[in-house]
Amino acid sequence: MEITELTVHELQEKIKNKELTIKEINEAYIKRIKEKEPDVQAFITELTEQGLEQAQKIQNKIDNGEKLGELAGIPIGIKDMICTKGIKTTAASKMLENFVAPYDATVMEKINAEEMINLGKLNMDEFAMGGSTEYSYFKKTRNPWDLSRVPGGSSGGSAAAVAANMVPWALGTDTGGSIRQPASFCGIVGLKPTYGLVSRYGVIAFASSLDQVGVFTKDVQDCAMLLNVIAGHDEKDTTSVDIGKKDYTKSLQKNIEGLKIGVPKEFYGDGINPEVKESLNNAILQYKEMGAQVEEFSLDIAQYALATYYIIACAEASSNLGRYDGIRYTYRSKEAKSLKEIYKKSRSEAFGAEVKRRIILGTYVLSSGYYDAYYKRAQQVRTLVMNQFNEAFEKYDIIITPTSPTVAFKIGEKSSNPMEMYLSDICTVSINIAGLPGISIPCGVDKEGMPIGMQLVSKRFGEETIIKAAYAYEQKTKFREKYKPTFKK
Amino acid sequence: MSRQEYETVMGLEVHAELSTKTKIFCSCPTKFGAEPNTQVCPICMAMPGALPVLNEKVVEYAVKAGLATNCEIERNSKNDRKNYFYPDLPKSYQISQYDKPLCKKGYIEIETSQGKKKIGITRIHIEEDAGKLNHDEFGGGSLVDLNRAGVPLIEIVSEPDLRTTEEVDAYLKKLKSILEYIEVSDCKMQEGSFRADVNVSIRKKGETKLGTRTEMKNMNSFRSIIRAINYEIERQIEVVDKGGIIEQETLRWDEVSGKTFSMRDKEDAQDYRYFPEPDLLTINLSEEYINNIKKSLPEMPESRKQRYLEEYKLSEKDAGILTSSKYLSDLFEKASEVCGNYRAVNNWIISDISRILNEKEMEASEIPFTAEHLGHLVKLIDKGTISSSIGKKVVEELFENQKEPEEIIKEKGWIQISDEGAIKEIVQKIIESNPQSVMDYKAGKDRALGFLVGQAMKETKGKANPQMLNKMFAEELKK
Repeated sequence: MEITELTVHELQEKIKNKELTIKEINEAYIKRIKEKEPDVQAFITELTEQGLEQAQKIQNKIDNGEKLGELAGIPIGIKDMICTKGIKTTAASKMLENFVAPYDATVMEKINAEEMINLGKLNMDEFAMGGSTEYSYFKKTRNPWDLSRVPGGSSGGSAAAVAANMVPWALGTDTGGSIRQPASFCGIVGLKPTYGLVSRYGVIAFASSLDQVGVFTKDVQDCAMLLNVIAGHDEKDTTSVDIGKKDYTKSLQKNIEGLKIGVPKEFYGDGINPEVKESLNNAILQYKEMGAQVEEFSLDIAQYALATYYIIACAEASSNLGRYDGIRYTYRSKEAKSLKEIYKKSRSEAFGAEVKRRIILGTYVLSSGYYDAYYKRAQQVRTLVMNQFNEAFEKYDIIITPTSPTVAFKIGEKSSNPMEMYLSDICTVSINIAGLPGISIPCGVDKEGMPIGMQLVSKRFGEETIIKAAYAYEQKTKFREKYKPTFKK
Repeated sequence: MSRQEYETVMGLEVHAELSTKTKIFCSCPTKFGAEPNTQVCPICMAMPGALPVLNEKVVEYAVKAGLATNCEIERNSKNDRKNYFYPDLPKSYQISQYDKPLCKKGYIEIETSQGKKKIGITRIHIEEDAGKLNHDEFGGGSLVDLNRAGVPLIEIVSEPDLRTTEEVDAYLKKLKSILEYIEVSDCKMQEGSFRADVNVSIRKKGETKLGTRTEMKNMNSFRSIIRAINYEIERQIEVVDKGGIIEQETLRWDEVSGKTFSMRDKEDAQDYRYFPEPDLLTINLSEEYINNIKKSLPEMPESRKQRYLEEYKLSEKDAGILTSSKYLSDLFEKASEVCGNYRAVNNWIISDISRILNEKEMEASEIPFTAEHLGHLVKLIDKGTISSSIGKKVVEELFENQKEPEEIIKEKGWIQISDEGAIKEIVQKIIESNPQSVMDYKAGKDRALGFLVGQAMKETKGKANPQMLNKMFAEELKK
């Protein structure tokens, strides 16, 4: 097996057994990036040279007999939404094209404390607004399973880089599905933790009450390992919650006898592609065979989640993106001759169409005279969504839904129709609205060989339950051994 | 119509900077006067991804202010975003409080020539200050200084209960003294840590409906607030008398021309799009927390004044002046403790020190010398080391030069002449050179003695001991 095909826990085994060195591992990944990046276009900023230097230093430490952490020298890729000190952090926007962050996000400090090696900043939809990574100012990332298709979004660069074996794992952010949907499109594992489990400090804000940092990995074991690194209360983010330190790898158990699974029928309606439905039904059967108790139930409030989501997310975004005003670290229009023009021209020239659309939407719903009808109403519905999920989790340990109504679509297929694009979030947004943890794992492929994802959701801070359920399924079905990206042109 | 036929209705919005060591949402210092952009960090500069963390001291100080102004304290309060674009506001929103302020429904009592009156406090909320724009002397543009961005403020909104400029003056002074007493703000108007916006409207006397109000900003002293109000009342009366209508607008007071100017046209009518700040949790206060703050409140101006009336038997007026400012009344108490002569200390503060503050347009908080200095000065007079007229000079000097009074009088050679031989010599000299006055005195004109003593004081530049001079003259003139 190629080095770059291994998971991180497999790499650790080989390092321990002296079959591989840190230097060899990083060289292999850098070589892989050189080979595949021209096709996949996952990186905004490649850090391969610095990465190699760092790998050499860590190798020297090891050779000198220094005791390092278990993840020292393991490469990683970072979504360009996360601030990295001294390195460009662009949010895939012309607005921040030349912005070099003066500080590290808290999650980055944690990655650095483990001495992991950041091989690059990964592509995304501008300010994480989109579901295909086509709205990046810089480039369109392609799906490694079929280069004519999107990798999903907004964290499409992270998902594609992991699926293409250019990094063993990556960090992303998820506001309405931006980790789970691309993980599903690219046939890998993607976890959005509970709102409040991971610090948002230093993560460029899209919608503050929905944003959460999460992980892309090749399998569930790696997912638990990387979650161990990034989870935890942060004094710099008062919305992060102190639930104490947990070891999520302890949840990697194959026995799920008696696990109670709820299947919300509203998530299997007409909008869902039949092949996706079939694949999900097979997965549910598999769970039954493994000893789970499965029950269908109604989560009818979920039909309002998408509208609620777009009101809240756009409202918060319209305010959060105000700081990109042409005054300090952002793009400033050269044409601007007055203060008003600095604002108008800089923002008109540097924000893409989708970002503008959401700023306008958000500004509208917060305007006086409309606030009550939209924003306030949306917050009330949000409470109802939370309540219905809470009720469901009194009965079930996890809920299973498709991650996305379809497999990865063609580049250009939906980018000119915002409503179509928004509908691809239909299965994921309610999870953000309710602040719950959700994981997407591959559960099959369609006729054309494109991966299908299954979403497992649990109650707040129920990461251990979904990791356990996901791990048991993965060990039984071994998707990764059966299917591989083909880089079909 | 004349001004007498109208009634003026005014309400005030006071912004007071809280004297916390660090800013409201980050740990940058709040010190005034630092080099531009040296007290900043990713949070108060609004770098991408930076998040606010609420400074607990700010909540404590605001609750203190609420309790000191008889407000109800909101148990479940929250922060909201007020969205607007301006270069001194780096996030493009100010974190403030909209519909759930920390404190509401309070009042303070003021005293004017018309007697006592309660002025309602609508609300007190916490918010962050903005930065400052400085004119660039070289480049011709504006430069942004974010040192002040994120300095904590409380906004104290009054009910429209104020009717006269005298009431406005009394309200502001009372509010300022309360905030100083509870030590939540240093209230330095020159440094902008105590600012007031005034809402003014007029109506015919007897009318119950409120007139359309205008809001005035940019007044930076009590004097300019009163000037601005008077100007605005006259302006509104003139408009109404000519059959015009008052527009609801925000006006900027221009100190130089003594006029108000419209700040923005209606086209730019602001919609702040308030919504709850999602980066911060709700502020939940327990009964215990509020009670603990209640217990920690210091003695307030009224009870201090009462104590001065009873304990020290000061006059109503003197007690009022001393307790109008915590700084003055602390100076009084500490200096009295040092010298044991509170009557003398009271006199120095009420007369000379107040006069100098007035002349220099300084606030009591800016008195540069310490209570020890004043106490020692009184002691020197009581011991007869210097006369009280030299004392006046020492006080003047203390405003310039904060040294021990003893050192000052040594340096300046102001020590009193109390040597009997020396005094006798001076007295004889004055008698010899003023025969007419001596004759007048002997003819029964007692006032002539005063003149002779004055001449002797002049001769010694005020250093002769006045009691000894009097005594010596009386003896010598009997001869």
